[in-house]
Amino acid sequence: MIALIPLFPFLGFLINAVAGRRLPKRVSGGLACAAMIAAFGASIAATWTMLGEPGPVRAVEQVLYTWIAVGDLQIPLAFRVDPLGSVMILVVTGIGSLIHIYSTAYMHEETDAEYARYFSYLNLFAAFMLVLVLGTTFPVLFVGWEGVGLCSYLLIGFWYRKRSATDAGKKAFVVNRIGDFAFLLGMLLLWTAFGTLDFQEIAGQVAPMPPEAGFGVIAVATLLLFIGATGKSAQIPLYTWLPDAMEGPTPVSALIHAATMVTAGVYMIGRNAELFAHAPDTLLIVAIVGAATALMAGTIGLVQNDIKRVLAYSTVSQLGYMFLAMGMGAYAAGIFHLYTHAFFKALLFLGSGAVIHALAGEQDIRHMGGLKRELPVTYWTFVVGAVAIAGVPPLAGFFSKDEILWRTFAAGHWVLWTVASVTALLTALYMFRLVFLTFHGARRAPAAPPAHGHLHDAPAAMAVALIVLAAGSVVAGFVGVPAALGGGNRIEHYLEPSFTAHGAPAPEGEADSAEAHLRQGYGGQAFAQGSGGEALTHADAAGHGDDHVAVERTLMLVSTVVALVGIGLAWFFFIRRPGAADAVAARAAPLHRLLLNKYWVDELYDAAIVHPIRRLSERVLWRQVDAGLIDGAVNGAGAIVAGGSAVLRRLQTGSVRAYAASLLLGAVAIAGYFVWRFAQVGG
Amino acid sequence: MITLNHYLVLSAVLFTIGTAGVFLRRNFITVLLSVEIMLNAVNLTFIAAARQFATVDGQIIVLFVVTVAAAEAAVGLALVIALFRHRETLNPGAFTSLKW
Repeated sequence: MIALIPLFPFLGFLINAVAGRRLPKRVSGGLACAAMIAAFGASIAATWTMLGEPGPVRAVEQVLYTWIAVGDLQIPLAFRVDPLGSVMILVVTGIGSLIHIYSTAYMHEETDAEYARYFSYLNLFAAFMLVLVLGTTFPVLFVGWEGVGLCSYLLIGFWYRKRSATDAGKKAFVVNRIGDFAFLLGMLLLWTAFGTLDFQEIAGQVAPMPPEAGFGVIAVATLLLFIGATGKSAQIPLYTWLPDAMEGPTPVSALIHAATMVTAGVYMIGRNAELFAHAPDTLLIVAIVGAATALMAGTIGLVQNDIKRVLAYSTVSQLGYMFLAMGMGAYAAGIFHLYTHAFFKALLFLGSGAVIHALAGEQDIRHMGGLKRELPVTYWTFVVGAVAIAGVPPLAGFFSKDEILWRTFAAGHWVLWTVASVTALLTALYMFRLVFLTFHGARRAPAAPPAHGHLHDAPAAMAVALIVLAAGSVVAGFVGVPAALGGGNRIEHYLEPSFTAHGAPAPEGEADSAEAHLRQGYGGQAFAQGSGGEALTHADAAGHGDDHVAVERTLMLVSTVVALVGIGLAWFFFIRRPGAADAVAARAAPLHRLLLNKYWVDELYDAAIVHPIRRLSERVLWRQVDAGLIDGAVNGAGAIVAGGSAVLRRLQTGSVRAYAASLLLGAVAIAGYFVWRFAQVGG
Repeated sequence: MITLNHYLVLSAVLFTIGTAGVFLRRNFITVLLSVEIMLNAVNLTFIAAARQFATVDGQIIVLFVVTVAAAEAAVGLALVIALFRHRETLNPGAFTSLKW
């Protein structure tokens, strides 16, 4: 039954890919949506079955067949739904379905063939993502991992007649490949170290070991896996493809940024939590990279003028949060943020798509403004998304982001906590800059008249997706209300079994799985203040919780204030004193230029990596190796044959008698040879 | 007493005459005749050997050779007629255009 989940979208892909150009849009689009909704239904059914399993380790597994069998290496093609997997498949298929439905309206101006091509890619994307999150072994995950990379290339470069779109597609593919290479190396290293590539078996073998001090094999392997994750999930140093991915159709951006693809890296770390927990150095690097990415992308997002680009940097920034959580060992918090982020980021992207749709392709927020009245549905849903991502209680973003901040603080990493809090401020600021510039104030310079004479709000299919996602952005966080606010943080308890090794000896007995999880999952005294932090995180269990609850509540208050201050700043700069932002930008011109040019990272990569490789390729590989060596060898072979035949063709005289003479001579020579042989043997 | 050797010597002489004819005559028809002499020289060897070893194998092969020779003569003469119509000559040295 689990196999049906990726199978539905894959079938949708096959049908649309083969017959799509002859199908009307209603059929091809409807088929794709039906495939996704069917997968969503199957996901719910699978989750339901999984919940019916006896605890504490609840999982449903389906082995299809042995995919690879070479010596000791046995890789079954097997799918498993466990708590972590169930969250992922529900997000992928649920949000994915909404994006499909939205796309039926958004892509309506394409021709039938293009429309079908679009939906076939979209379905394939979802299918690969589902394989990625359902696979029980690294190779199966890797199939999905590469598959989503391929689909991102296809979809980002969907409008392939546009040069910038194909360039962006290539960039996404190449940058991802760099990460994938490291991922592959990490996988091979794990195979040599553990002799298996099954997630559970690796976790089981790792669990009894002490956390690795220094850089041993686990640290190196996890670091390589993490480099793979930085490519897929757009972290420093491989994040540059994601902002460029905005060249694709907007629903694709939503799909890549919210439901699929970029969450793969976070998921991968969560899936191998036990392994990463035994490499505290790697975890610290993960946390630092995550925090640095969050801050860097947040600052860039502050000054960008393309509506989708701001959201892209916002995604990079939020992914940084998730990695920060993973690095802190707060895997559940990271996945929780992934889940809430999927709602509001999909909502924001689809909202921006509705704006772009209404303005016939205009993406520059400097040319927008005052759209509030004309696009009420888009406006209100967009505001809900912005409030959610800014972290204002009680919307979804608040709970997940606050959980990450709290866990960072509790682990004693106050530098990272400060960075993350500043990023929270930036998040609120740039999101509301976007809201105010796009929807409020007066309309600035209508660049092109809208397609249908006047502005029109999102059509029904788009509005439905927006409203459902807005509702989700409001309520999705309630599954993770922390204990300090009287909630049970249910999602954390739900996810916890996925982060530990199943069947590993639990020293305290089965009863207190949280305790065992702490010991195994967080790597003991991995962090300097680890023991204090652990006690803090499970304050109630530790028994002396009141102080910590007070601290946690204070921190919540702080982050709420931070979010509101961010919104207030945005209001001040872009509503109250519209000129003030420009004045600040002029005052800090070098800084503004630095941010506007995205820290010149693209230029740096161009100069440091792309240009040297191109020069090497052109001067040495092309002119010397290819034109000289390889062409020389090929042409030389031809020249030898030509020269040889110039001599040999003289033998062909055309005279029958000469041929007969050579025949006779040959026959005499053979006969002579046998006579001579006979004489030898006889004599 | 005529022994096997007599037949073999006669056969060798006939074969040599035929070969010389193939190479030396300047008319395709006589070249064809020379080829027939060569074939019959070989036939003689087969018959003599069959007689000597008291088997019929040689005679059977000779029957085949005669059949093939008949076919060859038919095809060869047809070619000769076609060549003559084309060039008004039957000198083998005149037909050397099939080359590089």
